[in-house]
Amino acid sequence: MDMSQYMDMFMEESREHLQALNQKILELEDNPHDLGILDEIFRSAHTLKGMSATMGFERIAELTHEMENVLSVLRGAQVAVNTAVVDLLFRCLDSLESMVDSISSGDTGNADVSELTTLLRKAGQGELVAADKPKESIREASKVSEPVQPDLPTVVDGIEVLRSFEINQYDLTLLQEAQRKRYDAYHIQVELDPGCVMKSARAYMVFRNLEEFGEIIKSVPSSQELEDEKFDLSFEVVVVTKEEQERVLHAVDSIAEVRVKSITPVNLKEVKAQEAQDNDVPQAVKEPSEPINENAALLKNRTTTEAKSKIKGSQTVRVDIERLDNLMNLVGELVINKTRLEQISTTNSVTELNETIEHIDRITTDLQNVVMKVRMVPIEQVFNRFPRMVRDLAKELGKEINLIVEGKETELDRTVIDEIGDPLVHLIRNAIDHGVEMPEIRRQKGKPLESVVRLVAKHEGNNVVIEVEDDGRGLDPQALKNKAVQKGVISAREAEQMDDQAAINLIFMAGFSTAEKVSDVSGRGVGLDAVRTKIESLSGSVEIETRINQGTKFKIRLPLTLAIIQALLVNVGEEIYAIPLGTIDETTSIIPSHIKKVQNQEVVLLRGNVLPLVRLDNVLEVPKTIEESEELYVVVVRKGEKKAGLIVDSLIGQQEIVIKSPGKLLQGISGIAGAAILGNGHVSLILDVGTLF
Amino acid sequence: MEKVDFSDELQLVAFSLAGEEYAVDIHYVQEINRLLNITRVPKAPYYVEGVINLRGNVVPVIDLRKRFSLPPRETTDRTRIIIIKVKDITVGIIVDGVSEVIRIQSSAVEPPPGLYGSVDLDYIRGVGKMDDRLLILINIEKVIDLEALAEEE
Repeated sequence: MDMSQYMDMFMEESREHLQALNQKILELEDNPHDLGILDEIFRSAHTLKGMSATMGFERIAELTHEMENVLSVLRGAQVAVNTAVVDLLFRCLDSLESMVDSISSGDTGNADVSELTTLLRKAGQGELVAADKPKESIREASKVSEPVQPDLPTVVDGIEVLRSFEINQYDLTLLQEAQRKRYDAYHIQVELDPGCVMKSARAYMVFRNLEEFGEIIKSVPSSQELEDEKFDLSFEVVVVTKEEQERVLHAVDSIAEVRVKSITPVNLKEVKAQEAQDNDVPQAVKEPSEPINENAALLKNRTTTEAKSKIKGSQTVRVDIERLDNLMNLVGELVINKTRLEQISTTNSVTELNETIEHIDRITTDLQNVVMKVRMVPIEQVFNRFPRMVRDLAKELGKEINLIVEGKETELDRTVIDEIGDPLVHLIRNAIDHGVEMPEIRRQKGKPLESVVRLVAKHEGNNVVIEVEDDGRGLDPQALKNKAVQKGVISAREAEQMDDQAAINLIFMAGFSTAEKVSDVSGRGVGLDAVRTKIESLSGSVEIETRINQGTKFKIRLPLTLAIIQALLVNVGEEIYAIPLGTIDETTSIIPSHIKKVQNQEVVLLRGNVLPLVRLDNVLEVPKTIEESEELYVVVVRKGEKKAGLIVDSLIGQQEIVIKSPGKLLQGISGIAGAAILGNGHVSLILDVGTLF
Repeated sequence: MEKVDFSDELQLVAFSLAGEEYAVDIHYVQEINRLLNITRVPKAPYYVEGVINLRGNVVPVIDLRKRFSLPPRETTDRTRIIIIKVKDITVGIIVDGVSEVIRIQSSAVEPPPGLYGSVDLDYIRGVGKMDDRLLILINIEKVIDLEALAEEE
């Protein structure tokens, strides 16, 4: 079967599940007794296993399968959650992630997982004990004097129908628990009408109806497969509920084209745990009655969030970003035509027409806002990977870090979200590696041993601000100056004249790293200059606030969207060009006779500073039509620390423009960043200020 | 070897350029427009006239006279832009006028003769004979330099 069409979906979903796993395992580390978290982890791992097996990625399936085994043992409280196990689970995630990555780059994704699976098997038998002292005392379960036992129930030859059913340990635990709470379990065989179309929809209705009063703990094929219509005309489910059998039967039977073939109460005592051959936790069935009671008692003590923790499926649709771009284009076109209508109505004033146009105006504005919003994604997507990263880093460096994340729900345009991840990783690594001191030093300074790193996103006007703040040693302007002089980035005289803020901004200079020694974590040459370049390429800016021994705050300011920017429209000859407002410092006018030549470069003195000039008509090869006037308009633009004055013929005004690609044929032309469609329907080019000087 | 379409019949959009009749396979043609307002793009290849706004999309436009090294001419009422889509690239080509859609037997298309007028042979796929008319089939992929674009990626 050709799976390629499902590939994208697989990649996306597996990444999501891996992200969820990362997050949940982190939570588990803090709350090792929370059954709800374990459940969620288990569910994600299980789905991942199912998906990868369907897609034919055996190694992923194999690894997730082993993880599942360990998780179900953890869940059954036979083995305690300790740091060694958590570390192992994280290693598995890393391996899974790299496999998924290799698949996305076209490989088979079959890495060697034998080491991990061996370790997992060990962990499953409780043989993996933390080298260091576990965070919380090892679970009571492990204090039970005899070796840890999986709690398999009495084996009585079970009901025939369940033979085909692979009830694994996890399901069994669920059943046990359900029964303890006096729920009844039913095994239902469902059959669909042979002529039934949209089988998955029928299956979904069965699930929905049953879940109204109970919980489906198992289905064959899995719910995922049912959803994908990977089944014939029948499937089986086990549901736990407090309702009567009649009601259960009715719930399923009442659905059109669905028939209940059989419904059987499941008695736990009769369940034979049919472990899949590969699902073999060694020394499985041994002692029947004793451990059950003991474990049951333990189970009671643990927080059970079982039923509550069911994730509510949110109603969303995945849409290709290209379709959204299309939608955006159409809206843009609508806006342009609306402007035309407005022009027509002003020349022939007809009251009725005016009213209609006003109405259209309101609708298009709303429509534009809605489309813009659709393109927005919460920054959560980017932030989610940081807790794990910080945990690993802190461990590696022997520092105690408390990462506080705020404003996850802040929304940014999809294009910005895709780009902002790397700079943030860099800043956070920097904060942890260079900003935060070692615990020993913190003690000497009288600071709390645990340092706080804050990652905050929020709206500020038409911008989104992202802050990375640490409570570490801060930046010392004098030290930075010395370093810069020593590295030859600036001269000693320049250093003397520099104020503190300018000195602090030195760390953005290329080839500048303050770390005394190059560590594995950061300081590998790609410095903060790369961060700033990236952010500026997103039309954003970075600022630093710092105080010695109190910490450093990096403040990133980003536009809400890259698709629409504010720009200054200017005339060059008879052509109109757009200059992004973010790059403009000011506009001014000069008298031609004030222009001086320094080394063949035209410059002008602007408030005592030498400003190099760029004649746009020359650079852009604009046919000369306008006589040089007595006054020249100059747009002062900035690229990093450098400034230049662009000479234009006249300023038209500020306008919001939608950035469009000028097409493949014209890509990579220097000086042009893109194209925009103006209100009159004409195309205007957007200047790429960075390449002009 | 240039690929020739072996299906029996070709549908071509015929257009005129510097007094000669040319044609392009209808499969490439998206639409035919009157001359729109063209924005010049500095430092673009010499044959690119500029960009136009095609219902919200910015589309580059090639002047076919310049591409074929033919003498320039003032635009007239009949001047048209043929919007062409090859692979995922959309471009417009400026021609002197579009006459009709022609069906022609593929057997009536011959490979380009050794020497044909002033147009670079690279840009020609063949010559179609219809009664006493001669149609020059242009090789659109070469005209927009598709290979060079692919290499850049």
